[in-house]
Amino acid sequence: MIGKISVPFRIVVIFLYLFLLAPILVVLPLSFSNDSYLTFPPESWGVRWYVAMFQHAGLINAFWLSLGIASVVTALSLAVGIPAAYAIGRHEFRGKEFALSLFTAPLLLPSIVLGLAILLVFVQARLLGTVTGLIIAHLIVTTPYVVRIVITSLSTLPPSVEEAATMLGASPLTVFRRITLPLMAPGIVASAALSFLLSFDEVVISLFITGPRLTTLPVEIFNYVESQTDPMTAAISVVLVTATLVIIMLIERTLGLSRTIGK
Amino acid sequence: MSAITHMPTSIAPPATAPRRRFPLIIVLLLVPMAVVNLAAFVLPVLRLGQISFLESRSGGVLTDVYTFGNYLDFFTDSFNFGLVINSLWISFTVTVATLICAYPIALFLHRVSPVWRNTLFVITVSPLLVSSVVRTYGWMVLLGDQGLINGSLLSMGLISEPVRLINNTLGVFIGLVEILIPYMALALIAGFGKLDQSLEEAAASLGANAFTRFRRIVFPLTLPGVALGCLLCFVLAISSFITPKLLGGGRVFLLATEIFDQAIIQLEWPRAAATSVIVLIIFGFALAVYSRVVRRFD
Repeated sequence: MIGKISVPFRIVVIFLYLFLLAPILVVLPLSFSNDSYLTFPPESWGVRWYVAMFQHAGLINAFWLSLGIASVVTALSLAVGIPAAYAIGRHEFRGKEFALSLFTAPLLLPSIVLGLAILLVFVQARLLGTVTGLIIAHLIVTTPYVVRIVITSLSTLPPSVEEAATMLGASPLTVFRRITLPLMAPGIVASAALSFLLSFDEVVISLFITGPRLTTLPVEIFNYVESQTDPMTAAISVVLVTATLVIIMLIERTLGLSRTIGK
Repeated sequence: MSAITHMPTSIAPPATAPRRRFPLIIVLLLVPMAVVNLAAFVLPVLRLGQISFLESRSGGVLTDVYTFGNYLDFFTDSFNFGLVINSLWISFTVTVATLICAYPIALFLHRVSPVWRNTLFVITVSPLLVSSVVRTYGWMVLLGDQGLINGSLLSMGLISEPVRLINNTLGVFIGLVEILIPYMALALIAGFGKLDQSLEEAAASLGANAFTRFRRIVFPLTLPGVALGCLLCFVLAISSFITPKLLGGGRVFLLATEIFDQAIIQLEWPRAAATSVIVLIIFGFALAVYSRVVRRFD
């Protein structure tokens, strides 16, 4: 019985998974609490906090702002990241390795340090508390992933397909539009989804840039949790986790779909 | 568009492809990304370094006076020195505990049948997609004075008043371990490739019991993954902010929470910048230790 899974080992792993998932699972029952403060298990049940959530103007405004920013950031991340990834992945030039490490370097910096650094520059550029400032700051979080993912997806498809098209007389632009772009589609969809989620979830850097009149959803939730602990945060959490699950399932569907079309 | 004709002809084999200096098309493709990188990464980091040497004034005022004072405080001021020691200690213990929790999960995933493996893998990494604010809030629900754990213990009569589980170091520790398990598990799984069952079978046929097989075969083979996971978790722990801020309840002082307080509440930007540079230096040390350890495996 070598390398087999013994019963005690199985039990240990079940407990570890419970520990890992406990904080996510516990918010579901709590979100249906009708108590006015945080107790678990709740003393009365209902949807009071779901109603309160939709009537909380600050939260709703922050939600729309986050949704808008995440959409713009996703579009800009692709517009900026795909050309750079294409240049690095498909061309030879001096300083190629340097460009790649420079573009992915922001991943290595802790967000708390990056947030402060951006604050110090944005305060002079008068970008604090502005939508433009938030978008630029989020771009530095998302673009390293876009560059990485698109380069990886380019490296898995052989240049010979593009060469064949070129030999058959297709112009470079046609080759890119008809061959390279469709082949990159799964990588692009994946990086778009990741950019959206990263921007929508970004909290540490945003904390440095948002002001009292301009707050993104994660910052609003953070401030709420810090100041009061009532079950409303649980209701928000359930909505957010469900939305994330739906997005991921949609991506999985579309990615699977584009793969079948590609083959 | 004459620029497009400048594209290196990809028909030529890559080895002989001309390595031109900077064809226009490449410049055009790279410029937008370079601008973003310059505006939100290179310039801010340089500015951070510069400001960390300025004399500290509160209220967001910046002077022209350069000084080493912000750094000297870390050696002369006992609060600042304690901050560094406290951060290092918590990050170290959190890393060890995360390793102990994630190792069985990774080993289980390595051994379980492929049918289960994919599902369990998704479950292991799925918490990464849930906002850390939400997961930290979950811990406040579990560990709070009227939370699940204290509530159950009280109703069972095991304790007469709630046990303090949050707003202290213990709460920060528990929250961080849980937040970091998926990262550690990912690094471990990536390093488990060398683990071959036939080696364990050979050891067993030579009379090694389960514990000896783990100590002499399994664990040494997975050490590269362990080293990578520990590096990752250590740097993530020392720079984590949300969890210490919320579960520490303002009573746990770490480098990351201090950067935020100095920058946003006290508006002493030079001090916050110096604290940030200290965090980056600790990052550098962690990387150096990691590369020394990894070199010993080869």
